[in-house]
Amino acid sequence: MKSAVIVFPGSNREQDVIRALRVGAGHEPVKVWHADTELPAGTDLVVLPGGFSYGDYLRCGAIAGRAAIMDAVRAHAARGGLVLGICNGFQILVESGLLPGILMRNRDLRFICRMQHLKVERTDTAFTRAYAPGQVIEVAIAHGEGNYEADEETIRRLEDEGRVIFRYCDAEGRVGGKANPNGSTHDIAGICSEGRNVLGMMPHPENLVEDLVGGVDGLGLFRSLRAA
Amino acid sequence: MKARVTVTLKNGVLDPQGKAIEGALKSLGIDGVGSVRQGKVFDIELAGSDKAAAESALKTACEKLLANTVIENYRIDIAG
Repeated sequence: MKSAVIVFPGSNREQDVIRALRVGAGHEPVKVWHADTELPAGTDLVVLPGGFSYGDYLRCGAIAGRAAIMDAVRAHAARGGLVLGICNGFQILVESGLLPGILMRNRDLRFICRMQHLKVERTDTAFTRAYAPGQVIEVAIAHGEGNYEADEETIRRLEDEGRVIFRYCDAEGRVGGKANPNGSTHDIAGICSEGRNVLGMMPHPENLVEDLVGGVDGLGLFRSLRAA
Repeated sequence: MKARVTVTLKNGVLDPQGKAIEGALKSLGIDGVGSVRQGKVFDIELAGSDKAAAESALKTACEKLLANTVIENYRIDIAG
């Protein structure tokens, strides 16, 4: 599988995700600059990494969502190609129209940077098949705008179609209440597109792929992408 | 030509920043503050003098970038 990591001005997690793709998926990812208009030929997976593209000016992900390369990313997604957006990458996906809803300011107005448990709600995606259904994992979160909001109809569709892929939970897998760090609707931490080929998530699985840095719970996502 | 675009949150969209500002104003003892909603203002210089064309260009600008119409409304005011 060939993967491409898009780099915007202000991206800062591209090296982490490139390493995770090497370690977990066995990929040799190519970096693609935001001003390019084409993806490398034969790209199977596009990754939008975390960071603060354009300094979060206007709205998080708003300017990056209109970058030149995004037309190519939209075309790739429309063909059924895989797209993964992590943290700021998730914000870029909603701003570019590839996923519904929006990430609002955290409920308590604070930037949150800590470890967080997640429940893997669905394993029927190319990104999560190496996990067990309902598995509880612990990964890092680091965001100021991770409070997922959408209109009622959109939330109902996401739930009915099984498109909520990750939910915030506590160590025992209990969802709701204090286990929700940012006020996100239905404790949503990650959702996928109708075709299940575009995944956006606020947490950082790419930072938990080696025991040396505190855990390997993020590895399942990258192992899922190994063979595809 | 000069124009001002005002972007505000739609009714019903939670605005924690506005709430925090509201709390700060109240704690300063400023009388009569009911509620506060925070928005954005863009002052834009436009070439040409065709007001209708400017209005239509700004509408496109709002729809494509300046506002996220999932949560925000916008208003366009063209001077002169």
